[in-house]
Amino acid sequence: MYVAVKGGETAIRNAHALLAEERRGDPAVPELTLEQVKEQMALAVDRVMTEGSLYDRDLAALAVKQACGDLIEAVFLLRAYRTTLPRLAVSEPVDTATMDIRRRVSATYKDLPGGQVLGPTFDYTHRLLDFSLAETGHPQEKPAHGDAAAIPERMPKVVDVLDHEGLIEREIAPPEPAEATDLTRVPLDFPAGRDARLQNLARGDEGFLLALAYSSQRGFGSAHPFAGEIRMGEVAVEIVPEELGFAIEIGDITLTECDMVSQFKGSATESPKFTRGYGLSFGHCERKAMAMALVDRTLRTRELGGEALYPAQDEEFVLSHSDNVEASGFLQHLKLPHYVDFQGELVTVRHLKAEAARRRPEQAEIVP
Amino acid sequence: MTNAMREPLAGYNFAYLDEQMKRSIRRAILKAVAVPGYQVPFGSREMPLPYGWGTGGIQVTASIIGAEDVLKVIDQGADDTTNAVSIRQFFARTTGVATTERTAEATIIQTRHRIPERPLGPGQIIVYQVPIPEPLRWVEARETETRKMHALQEYGVMHVKLYEDIARFGCINTSYNYPVLVNGRYLMAPSPIPKFDNPKMDRNPALQLFGAGREKRIYAVPPFTSVKSLDFEDYPFDVQHWDHCCALCGAADSYLDEVVTDDRGGRMFVCSDTDYCGERRTAGHVGAGTPVALAAEAAE
Repeated sequence: MYVAVKGGETAIRNAHALLAEERRGDPAVPELTLEQVKEQMALAVDRVMTEGSLYDRDLAALAVKQACGDLIEAVFLLRAYRTTLPRLAVSEPVDTATMDIRRRVSATYKDLPGGQVLGPTFDYTHRLLDFSLAETGHPQEKPAHGDAAAIPERMPKVVDVLDHEGLIEREIAPPEPAEATDLTRVPLDFPAGRDARLQNLARGDEGFLLALAYSSQRGFGSAHPFAGEIRMGEVAVEIVPEELGFAIEIGDITLTECDMVSQFKGSATESPKFTRGYGLSFGHCERKAMAMALVDRTLRTRELGGEALYPAQDEEFVLSHSDNVEASGFLQHLKLPHYVDFQGELVTVRHLKAEAARRRPEQAEIVP
Repeated sequence: MTNAMREPLAGYNFAYLDEQMKRSIRRAILKAVAVPGYQVPFGSREMPLPYGWGTGGIQVTASIIGAEDVLKVIDQGADDTTNAVSIRQFFARTTGVATTERTAEATIIQTRHRIPERPLGPGQIIVYQVPIPEPLRWVEARETETRKMHALQEYGVMHVKLYEDIARFGCINTSYNYPVLVNGRYLMAPSPIPKFDNPKMDRNPALQLFGAGREKRIYAVPPFTSVKSLDFEDYPFDVQHWDHCCALCGAADSYLDEVVTDDRGGRMFVCSDTDYCGERRTAGHVGAGTPVALAAEAAE
């Protein structure tokens, strides 16, 4: 019998109620608080803020909770909310040299001014499941805080200061800083400037960038990278209110920054040197910042006179497909009804089949 | 059928987007109307519905809708499919405007995959949700290339594709999103409407707007503009035909959905445009139907 697809409204309402029930899980278990998410799922919050392009730990924690831990869904929630926010001001560029350092490592120099600061990292943990964490309230080892005064207030970038021979290219700010492109306001255009590219990569999906960076390391685009420097810590954000005319601090944000250094053999116009790729994330998203830095560098292939042969070197390929909110939406829209198009295809395929049978009657019999 | 106006959602601007954003979209729309069929880039935003669900159409509708408008939303021709319901609710909540399922009563019709069977009139606006705005995308993956091809009106490659279809299959193997030439200049994707609907676009008295949110493009066909489906003199454009009429209303001139009625190959063909089908039945038209189906209808 034929029952028309009625009752969409009721079905949607019920789906929402079921989702809310699933989100809450067993009501005998205490409900998750945003403070808990913010404090104890901090890296999830960091990723959602980075890819959501919105620095707000409370809202990101809410998004993680609302999305039942689905981080791409949480990124989407944050982005949709961001759409409704007015733009009150544009900040001054942050100066990461003045970062209040919590972590700073360089893989290119053994020792450097300010020293290596390991900070909180998974790097040297043995990945053994810690069953003591299965119990709550277990005792914690207190970290021995080193001499904080030993970390200088201003810690210039490793690759900017230690290269006395001019072997590593300098990142020089343009004398007249033009207004940076903002992809949340204007659509991406090709060729994209470095500002648009870096914004796109900063918002881009960590998994996608990780895979691209990895592919270049394995030979699909030769990158030969070194981690020149990775630093994480707090940076002050300043704005210049029109009525004041000078910069005031509006708060601190946590950033992770990565400078990748890659060998460059030189071209007809450029001498051999080390080139740089740049990565930056909100919070502590080190894998993301490193992958971003690598991909920033592979996308400079054409600029450096090379030929873009591999996906990681192809600006249009990378920048058009890096956004997980776009990708996830378009992939999942396949769940929406397509029966009108499918009906068109049915008509076509039936016609083609009849046509083929008319041309070659012997083949038609093979079909059961 | 028409739900009256309500108070819009507190805490959000009318139609969700702020006025600056709506203005920037309207500027893109004006440009699109001025250059029929040309894809105008615009600063598409994340909406509270996912990309792929019609964010382009939603942003276009949000930027043109006013308190006096009457909105109809369809998906696959039907007002009661889940996504159509969801988008209609979104606008009912954020604008409070009246909504309708009647094509004739609507001032704005947002659609996915269909054009209503009832001819549109002057003053009406139809907003298409577009997944891939670029008609040349399946021939050339790069935006940098396709933009050049449009600039130079270099569309030979599309004719070659259609020719190859005929050479290999004996017919043009495209049943939806069939490419059209607008105003004799721009090649345009009509969005994934079945080619059955293509002739309706030609010299339509309504304004036709197309929004692609994820791809950040808007394009338009102004009223009474020529929209020609590509073809060859010896292989003229043709639309789908059925050997059946609608089982519910008996219409022989509408696009039919095929409904599987059992697991033994039983089929039933019904209008995809639910408003059209309903109007016809109200007017006393009856299809061949099946007794079970008719009983189910009567019980509703």
